[in-house]
Amino acid sequence: MPDPHYWRKPFDSDTVQSPKGTVIIIRDRCKGCGFCVEFCPRGVLVLSSEFNKKGYHPPEVANPDRCVNCDLCERICPEFAIYCLNQEEIIELAP
Amino acid sequence: MTTTEITPQQQEEADQRHPRSLLLRMDRMPHIWCSRCGIGIALGCFAAALEKTGLSADDITVTSGIGCTGRVAGYVKVDSFHTTHGRAIPFAVGLTLARPDLRHVVFSGDGDLISIGGNHFIHAARRNQNLLVICVNNFTYAMTGGQLAPTTPITARATTAPYGSFERPFNLPYLAASAGACYVARWTALHIRRVTDSMTEALQKDGFRFIEILAPCSTIYARRNKLGTGLDLMKYYYESAIIDHKASMRDLDIGFQSRIVVGKFVDEDRPSYGQSMNDHLGKVLGSKFVNPVTGLDGIPKDGGEK
Amino acid sequence: MKADSIGVLTGTHYLDGDLAAAEGACTAGCRFFAGYPITPSTEVAERVALRFPLVGGQFIQMEDELASIAAVLGASWGGLKAMTVTSGPGFSLMMENIGLGVMMEVPCVVIDVQRGGPSTGLPTLPSQSDMMQARWGSHGDYEIIALSPNSPQECFDLTIEAFNLSEQWRVPVMLMMDECVGHMTEKVIIPPADEIEIVERRYTKVNPENYLPYAPCDDLVPEIAPLGKGYRFHTTGLTHDFRGYPVMSADVQEECVHRLVNKIRMNVDKIAHVETTDLDDAEVVIVGYGISSRVAIPAIERAKREGIKIGVIRLVTVWPFPEQLIRDLASNVKAFVMPEINYGQVVYEVERCAGGKAETRLVAHGGGWVHDPEVIYQAIREVAK
Repeated sequence: MPDPHYWRKPFDSDTVQSPKGTVIIIRDRCKGCGFCVEFCPRGVLVLSSEFNKKGYHPPEVANPDRCVNCDLCERICPEFAIYCLNQEEIIELAP
Repeated sequence: MTTTEITPQQQEEADQRHPRSLLLRMDRMPHIWCSRCGIGIALGCFAAALEKTGLSADDITVTSGIGCTGRVAGYVKVDSFHTTHGRAIPFAVGLTLARPDLRHVVFSGDGDLISIGGNHFIHAARRNQNLLVICVNNFTYAMTGGQLAPTTPITARATTAPYGSFERPFNLPYLAASAGACYVARWTALHIRRVTDSMTEALQKDGFRFIEILAPCSTIYARRNKLGTGLDLMKYYYESAIIDHKASMRDLDIGFQSRIVVGKFVDEDRPSYGQSMNDHLGKVLGSKFVNPVTGLDGIPKDGGEK
Repeated sequence: MKADSIGVLTGTHYLDGDLAAAEGACTAGCRFFAGYPITPSTEVAERVALRFPLVGGQFIQMEDELASIAAVLGASWGGLKAMTVTSGPGFSLMMENIGLGVMMEVPCVVIDVQRGGPSTGLPTLPSQSDMMQARWGSHGDYEIIALSPNSPQECFDLTIEAFNLSEQWRVPVMLMMDECVGHMTEKVIIPPADEIEIVERRYTKVNPENYLPYAPCDDLVPEIAPLGKGYRFHTTGLTHDFRGYPVMSADVQEECVHRLVNKIRMNVDKIAHVETTDLDDAEVVIVGYGISSRVAIPAIERAKREGIKIGVIRLVTVWPFPEQLIRDLASNVKAFVMPEINYGQVVYEVERCAGGKAETRLVAHGGGWVHDPEVIYQAIREVAK
């Protein structure tokens, strides 16, 4: 389905595969700053309404399909509480 | 196409495996910095830059001074030194002259490096000492409660400037360049990839390299100046930061909530102090010159006493 | 182990104390010097600047004394024997980082060529008025080692001893010279390198996974790790635990700082270097150090000729102070007489240890020159009555 964000569609856009990422959120390390939610370029994250052990609202993945494994959340998190894995890396985790 | 769902077991394992955890002292996490503080971002970018250079963490030292940013030394998993207020740079000068084979980084805050440490900063830059100095600038002395810093913008409030600052702050890139730094860059904590790239290339250069990183101080600078939180400061960086590598360094002053000019302003190659010293003495003394012994020479091969 | 001959100018020389101290540093294996010019110590720095490039050392004149002592600590962590040299005003500036050196347990040598004080004082004239500052100058509870030479030969010998003590005990060691000894020119004999004992710091044999930077050995000194070999240790000026990590608690303060203090206090017997003469049946004991101990000699000999039984204690190590020696003597002697070129500093240690059992007489002299032996002799006469 064409991405509504682009007003010109490249001819080969149907053949291009975007990377796909899975967001890992280390919930209890989060201090609820909101940087990842605010600056994720793909709108993947929202602030959860739940609390973590520290009493903060950690992020949660609202749109998992939009993640392109860009690592912005990983870099912008001051707490080292969030990062992305690509498909191969997920498989390497324990089954 | 959906992304892979992960099991709780995988989540547990993934929690231990943050990509930066090899270079950080995870036994000391969570760190002491406040929610919405930008120092953690600078630290993360530094760890990422280290990985990108391919340098071994054994070949790096990190020295810091006193202050919020000064705590960085305690969280990096390398030989690290948490020294006295303002004296991180001369301490690191001793390190870099004793062990020129390693890469030495000074990672500290604006007050520590530029106020009490100002004299050491300009002389180390003048001499092109072989150090990478990373200055996290949050415009305040945060650790001690928010006093006036030499980088606090005019009209901003501080506990020792309760009616707002009227002092002209330093323009750090200009200061560093005019003192003699061979690499000068300024970014904000928002510019994560530029910060990482700057750190990556600076780690591989010689001479006095200076990277200023403007970082949000949520609890003190933002709150006391009624600017919201660290998130609002990050949004301010987003709206106000302009990348201009060719900007005249005289125009890099930062006013209160004004536009911020960031970029890589100086990138030269000049022989560092140690190189100049050995070249000069070698030329003047000829065969009488003895190449300096380094700390490496004194390390016993099997430990214990030599 | 033995000195490296490259730094040893074996032979008989005619040198002043400052130059002899610089030679002592070259001989001891010091290969890093960071300093700042200050009368009357500048000649040490100048000699080092001349000699180090010829022996593989590095000399750097830093922007101030604060930078000098910081660079010395960094270079010592980097594995080089490191030294700085200063006088009273610079010594004051260095105090904070001397505390850091104690807390991080960094081997280094600080030479203070004492001049008249306080403040700018008498830059070109001697005094012994920084002695208490050497002991207490930095803030907090700590102990250091301080030596006091009384001749250019001793400036050479005791610089080597200072390095050896600092490497063994992982503590900053002060060499408390004074302008008189520093600018006095005398014969200095430098022996062959293989006759000079050098002590090196104790590097750990423990592997990086199990190494604890501040876990003490039996002598209360921890083993040091080399940089860049995978140890990845952390060290801080904050009160820290065995791992070197800062911990804010009274328990850790006890574990960390009390050990730093005990490291010296409990090893006084191994550290203190004191020369004693004729103490067995002494009535009056002269306690002296540095140039005053030499100036007292004519007074002592004159008093002896008159039949007064005089013993002499020369403090080569002033800190840690040899308390037990004074305590043991106090019941058996009439008085301690102490000449100092100050208005009373180390004499208070003597008085404290004498515990009132013997009189303690200070022969004070403001900075500017040495005592007239006559004055010391009169003091001996008075207490011997």
